[in-house]
Amino acid sequence: MATADPIISVRGLRTQFGTQVIHDNLDLDVRAGEVLGVVGGSGTGKSVLLRTIIGLNPKRAGTISVFGEDTGRLSEEEVRRLQSRWGVLFQAGALFSSLTVAENIQVPFREHADLPPALMGELTGLKIELAGLAADAGGKFPSELSGGMRKRAGLARALALDPEILFLDEPTAGLDPIGASAFDQLIRSLQQSLGLTVFMVTHDLDSLATICDRIAVLVDKRIKVGTMAELLQDDHPWIREYFHGPRGRAARHSDD
Amino acid sequence: MAAGWFETTRAGEDVILRAGGSWTLPASRSLDSALRQLSVAGARQVLFDLAEVEAVDTAGAWLIKRTRLDLAAAGIDAVVRGAKQRQQALLERIDQVGALPPLAPHPSFSLIDLVAGVGEGTFHALGQARDLLNFFGAVLIAIARVALRPRRIRFTSFVNNIQLHGLNAMPIVGVLLFLVGIVVAYQGVGQLSRFGAQIYTVDLVGISVLREMGVLISSIVIAGRSGSAFTAQIGTMQVNEEIDAIRTMGLDPLEVLVLPRILALMVALPLLTFFANIMAILGGAFMATLTIDVTFAQFLSLLNQAVTLTHFWVGMVKAPVFALIIAMVGCFEGMRVRGSAESVGRLTTQAVVEALFLVIVVDAFFSILFSFLGI
Repeated sequence: MATADPIISVRGLRTQFGTQVIHDNLDLDVRAGEVLGVVGGSGTGKSVLLRTIIGLNPKRAGTISVFGEDTGRLSEEEVRRLQSRWGVLFQAGALFSSLTVAENIQVPFREHADLPPALMGELTGLKIELAGLAADAGGKFPSELSGGMRKRAGLARALALDPEILFLDEPTAGLDPIGASAFDQLIRSLQQSLGLTVFMVTHDLDSLATICDRIAVLVDKRIKVGTMAELLQDDHPWIREYFHGPRGRAARHSDD
Repeated sequence: MAAGWFETTRAGEDVILRAGGSWTLPASRSLDSALRQLSVAGARQVLFDLAEVEAVDTAGAWLIKRTRLDLAAAGIDAVVRGAKQRQQALLERIDQVGALPPLAPHPSFSLIDLVAGVGEGTFHALGQARDLLNFFGAVLIAIARVALRPRRIRFTSFVNNIQLHGLNAMPIVGVLLFLVGIVVAYQGVGQLSRFGAQIYTVDLVGISVLREMGVLISSIVIAGRSGSAFTAQIGTMQVNEEIDAIRTMGLDPLEVLVLPRILALMVALPLLTFFANIMAILGGAFMATLTIDVTFAQFLSLLNQAVTLTHFWVGMVKAPVFALIIAMVGCFEGMRVRGSAESVGRLTTQAVVEALFLVIVVDAFFSILFSFLGI
């Protein structure tokens, strides 16, 4: 499924907060149709990278191209069009607390699509179903949902406009192992049936082992990309410790 | 890419629905209405030929699925063919979805709902009053506990709150009360000069400010400024589970968070009221020297004859009571926050409205009380 042209292409990226440099001269390509897992120690800027690509964080230098368009050179109108082609799931779901789940999902519909009410209702129900939520979840408010359900509702909202790229910020953090593995499978099956490209920031070694095609490791303000097998051969001390540590071994064995 | 389209042709008992273009969200409005009007009366089977379809997303796949469900309900077979491999995966995924239950309808309005709403609101208000009374009791017990063991007073927090809610409020309270003094004096001069009694403007300013205006306007400013802050602070801590953390460490949130705020405001508001009285009288004096023929010194000596210490105390005695109401309502609503950011906003508004309401109600009670006592 992967094609030669990268769907996201980051070149020479530099981000910093004050004098603290987070990324320096960072290059990264995300191929269309793959699941890319981004890992790194705490504070290495995994979430910052995600936020920079989707334009929530300013970059100091470098270019970011999505769908072959340099995001730094787009007009406001073009950025809005771009935003309707990707969906973002934030760490805690980031559902609007004053709206029900169904209304949350309908926000992007109302903003970006012109739909008759009946069809909007049907598509909302469809997204709820696809995200693996019970049908009655649509009428509930976010505060009435468990953490796992909130993530699924956030996923349903991220999928509302049938995006081509899905950005996930630690999708399985805070879920129990069974819930986390069910969420992994959900992402994998959606990715395959909807033909998504997934950019996933994660700490979860099991997710990496089971659903990621390639893994990008943030070390020394740069990124090293490879498959699990390639990274296992890497001799960078942090990468070695990460994949060869007790948790890394356990995740790999469960996958075998 | 062309927008999605379809056309139907008949072949004996079969209907062939030839689809093309991109069956995606932007095209779904027109496809939706066209498919709802699809008439295949008398047909035995409908063939969906997707060979010319360039792209399908979940909206397009859903439209195909829904049309097939509708046809099946009418006893007509539906067959899909010609989908590309990628599209087939999506169609199959959507096929696993059963018929969707309708979303809960929006509540409609009726007279019974209105009556029920009034009843519910009344019960809610009464319950709220009971809870507030409960909270008041709990605060009194906490005060008693702390009074027995004064070392447990959070002194730093107490002093910090006096600074934040007393000292830092001085500029706004001072300016406002100075202006109120001007307004009262101006109205007094306007009305009293019609029968040559404009000199009584001094009495008017002195008595109305000392008895009512000073303490009331200060309380209103503090309810808006500090009562809301208490609710928002404690409410946000509630959302972040900080209050639960306090509890699990064996500390009492009432002692740690509520008491320092209530006690600080009960000290700060009387002091602010005293300052407010001075500023309002200065405002009145300023206006009087401009509009009637008195000097500042004459104004003060007239004021000295007009007001007694009783007038001053009538106003001052209300200040700690109003402070207690404002701080208690603010903290009470903050502790009631549950779950979401929206709840913080709603209860903050509610805290300010309730505090102002109670302050004015209690002020009226004070007036009745003083009139019985002949003060």
